[in-house]
Amino acid sequence: MSGATHPYAPAGGPGSPAVRPPAYVGQRLRRKEDARLVTGRATHVADLRIPGLLHAAVLRSPFAHARIVRIETEAAATAPGVVRVFTARDLEGKIGPFVEAARTEIAPLLREKIGPTLKSCPMPVLAADRVLWVGQPVAVLVAADRYLAEDALELVQVEYEPLAAVSDPEHALEPDAPVLHPELGDNVQTSFVVSVGDVDGAFARAERTLSARLVMGRTAANAMETRGVAAVPDPGRDELTVWDANARPHLVRTFICEMLGLPADGVRVIGPDMGGSFGTGMFPEDVLIAFLARELGRPVRWVEDRRENLANTRHARDQIHQVEVAFDGDGRIIALKDRYLIDGGAYNNYAITVSYNSAAHLRGQFAIDHMRVEALSVLTNKAPVTPVRGAGRPEVVFVMDRIVDLVATELGLDPVEVRRRNLIRPEQMPYPMGMPYRDGVDIVYDRADFPGQLERALELFGYDEFRREQAAAREAGRRIGVGVSSYVEGSGYGPYEGAVVRIDSQGHVTVATGAKPHGQSLETTLAQICADQLGVTPDDVTVKAGDTALIAHGIGTFASRSAVTAGTAVGVAAARLREKVLAVAGELLETHPSDLDLERGIIAARGAPDRRVTLAEVARAAAPGPRAKLPPGMEPGLETVYYYVPPTVTFASGTHVVGVEVDEETGFVRLLKYVTTDDCGQMLNPAVVEGQVHGGVAHGIGNALFEEVVYDGDGQLLTGTYMDYLLPTASDVPPIAVGHQEEFPSELNPFGIKGVGEGGAVSPPAAIANAIVDALRPMRVRVDRVPIGPERLYRLIREARGDSATG
Amino acid sequence: MSERRPITLRVNGRELSGSAEARMTLADFLRDELGLTGTHLGCEHGVCGACTVLMDGRSIRSCLMFAVQAEGHELTTVEGLAGPDGSLSPVQEAFSVNHALQCGFCTPGFLIAVTEYLAEGAPEVDDEDALRARLSGNLCRCTGYQNIVAAVRDAAERVRRSS
Repeated sequence: MSGATHPYAPAGGPGSPAVRPPAYVGQRLRRKEDARLVTGRATHVADLRIPGLLHAAVLRSPFAHARIVRIETEAAATAPGVVRVFTARDLEGKIGPFVEAARTEIAPLLREKIGPTLKSCPMPVLAADRVLWVGQPVAVLVAADRYLAEDALELVQVEYEPLAAVSDPEHALEPDAPVLHPELGDNVQTSFVVSVGDVDGAFARAERTLSARLVMGRTAANAMETRGVAAVPDPGRDELTVWDANARPHLVRTFICEMLGLPADGVRVIGPDMGGSFGTGMFPEDVLIAFLARELGRPVRWVEDRRENLANTRHARDQIHQVEVAFDGDGRIIALKDRYLIDGGAYNNYAITVSYNSAAHLRGQFAIDHMRVEALSVLTNKAPVTPVRGAGRPEVVFVMDRIVDLVATELGLDPVEVRRRNLIRPEQMPYPMGMPYRDGVDIVYDRADFPGQLERALELFGYDEFRREQAAAREAGRRIGVGVSSYVEGSGYGPYEGAVVRIDSQGHVTVATGAKPHGQSLETTLAQICADQLGVTPDDVTVKAGDTALIAHGIGTFASRSAVTAGTAVGVAAARLREKVLAVAGELLETHPSDLDLERGIIAARGAPDRRVTLAEVARAAAPGPRAKLPPGMEPGLETVYYYVPPTVTFASGTHVVGVEVDEETGFVRLLKYVTTDDCGQMLNPAVVEGQVHGGVAHGIGNALFEEVVYDGDGQLLTGTYMDYLLPTASDVPPIAVGHQEEFPSELNPFGIKGVGEGGAVSPPAAIANAIVDALRPMRVRVDRVPIGPERLYRLIREARGDSATG
Repeated sequence: MSERRPITLRVNGRELSGSAEARMTLADFLRDELGLTGTHLGCEHGVCGACTVLMDGRSIRSCLMFAVQAEGHELTTVEGLAGPDGSLSPVQEAFSVNHALQCGFCTPGFLIAVTEYLAEGAPEVDDEDALRARLSGNLCRCTGYQNIVAAVRDAAERVRRSS
């Protein structure tokens, strides 16, 4: 094992600034969140009881592409209970353009090093002249209750002139395709090339090459709570309070303030309890509802229904890869070329996020010296895509792991053996990948042991035994197979997250952060970190997350970032606060702070434990005023604020192994066994880590076998209900065995944390596709597109058998 | 359409009255008229199970029923599962101890469905496939169901031990 320190490790190496070793961190503590969630006392946007509340409903386009000729709102406006109807005309001059997130989020260093082409196409809050996808907001009305609002929606008459639509990204590149945004010239919104090493030379020298077209269909995030926004104006003060089921409250505030021309401190955005998110992104309604409340001087709430959600909210994936690979006779992969299209839908505000994530994670755990990717994010008449759990990684892990399998098949080798021959070895760590990450910083993998991770996963799975079973099963006519997938994930994306840690006069500790958990258990895990660093128990700590009034700056929870960024911010802020507590206690006890200990909220002199004060006593002594007892020159108050700015991402990794059985006669796939081994550095709470992995795997199983957003050729949505869009149920997910590698704490933050929120979802499509291929290996079926439902697989089997595909 | 009808029913052991239009769903009535917002709406078309409540001891989807149909019936919602002293029911306790919830949005529906299952004596609780089939009427996007399965077994064991 190399002892080399990671080049981006903060000066002083691990443990700098001085932090205390984990005590509560690493324990399976029961969650603080649960008490309200299991008793029905949580407060989601739809649960808020707001006096005088009005209810908004949104009229949406039934066409994928059409010109709006005329909108007639008179009948709706005079319908029972209706307060007012708004169309784009009513917003003119009152609401600024919906700022393209990618414009603001592209890292300057990345722009400098890669120079992506990124065309701007601002999104209207309500469509004015044209609609570009089924579900696009066209009008909004506000009424006394939701029933009346939906009644009145039916009275809004919109005359559309349907236009030719394009729902296929490859067609969107053809000269005859309708151009969604004529001002952009064509349908390519984002494009870039990343080149590493000497790809052409490597291909020229290659012993063997093969190519493949690999496709991952469109899926949607499907948080169980739909989106929702409630806005309460205070016209007297010209202020506004907004509750939004969006995991980026500070960004919501920025959008509202910039688009409505309001000062930041006049708008408070609160993230209430949230029923999942599984992705990020801003939506027109985040601002529209705030606008309506101000315009009407009344509280307004909108809660998305599931039909709106399936048509609009957090669509993702939808990539087509054309790959060529050069390899030698031993199965060593020398070079890769990948040209891929991302179908971004009608607007793609996070184009660079997903497309570049794909480029940065394509090679994953493999040492491949030469690579060229060409990425195109294409506009079509479908719902805009956003980053969703994995965000560009499941697609390329599917690509890479299928390539490994194809190489193995070509050479007649066990795919696991081909993996072994290509993995980056532990002694090569920290490993430079020869290209920048999305933040523009050159990628250098954290220390890790990928081969060890693979062997641990195979052992946990019982790989050799399964191979023996497989041979016996084949004899008996059963088709069982095993698939392996591995990934790396840049986690803890910046630019920062902050924490305020405060001790009140009762000695109770409050942590505020801009992170906004929605299932990630941060109220518990951040309390664990705070407790360790401050010297209290997690019970003494309350975490308040996602309220713009409690911390000035915040980014939010997405991209496997909060444990790393908010966790570090909380830990450092708490460690600093501890120093202040000890300094004040030193005044009270007339003892040098270095001779004091702080444990479980009690500060005592070392060796003289009867000389002690409580945290509450120290807090009162630190309060401003003539009674304060502070060291000379120290500011009063027990509160610290710390914003953690990570040097770059820290790389987590994982390996998944799955066993499947395929019913050759129906194309039905049964998952027999699922094993993961992850490296997420220091675990804050192993139960939480395992829960994240379980949920991610289930999400990935959905992406592999069940879930797909389907549009027809005219851009009409065919999967608008849960009868059409299939989420995995308990019966569809097998028991998952989760193993960990705990020996590689991150060197990039003082607590050794790597993110784990998305990893589980990254590998299942690749592992399952490979397992199906393995089960059917004698038939040479290729699963090069996911999701692979029974119908599609049945057709592949029939084709492989030489039967008529239509059966 | 807009005529409101009086409704009286028993919810969580208390007789409650309200009024609703004939078209108002039971879920909306519970949430908006009675203030019992623990019952959640995930799809409003009867698939996700988040709105599951007990009516006369049997689980139903409150998004698929009109409030007026519940006239005179006995309902249990998630708010009615804990004891009068606030002590958690075996199902609630087991879900928390086993980390069987993350965002918690689907949880009320699961808690109700599992409460019904335990009242039936938790048949086939050791049969993995049968138990998972039993749970497949409720969707969860966070947990991958694994800890829910564990929590159901734990809850069944808690009930068995205490009886």
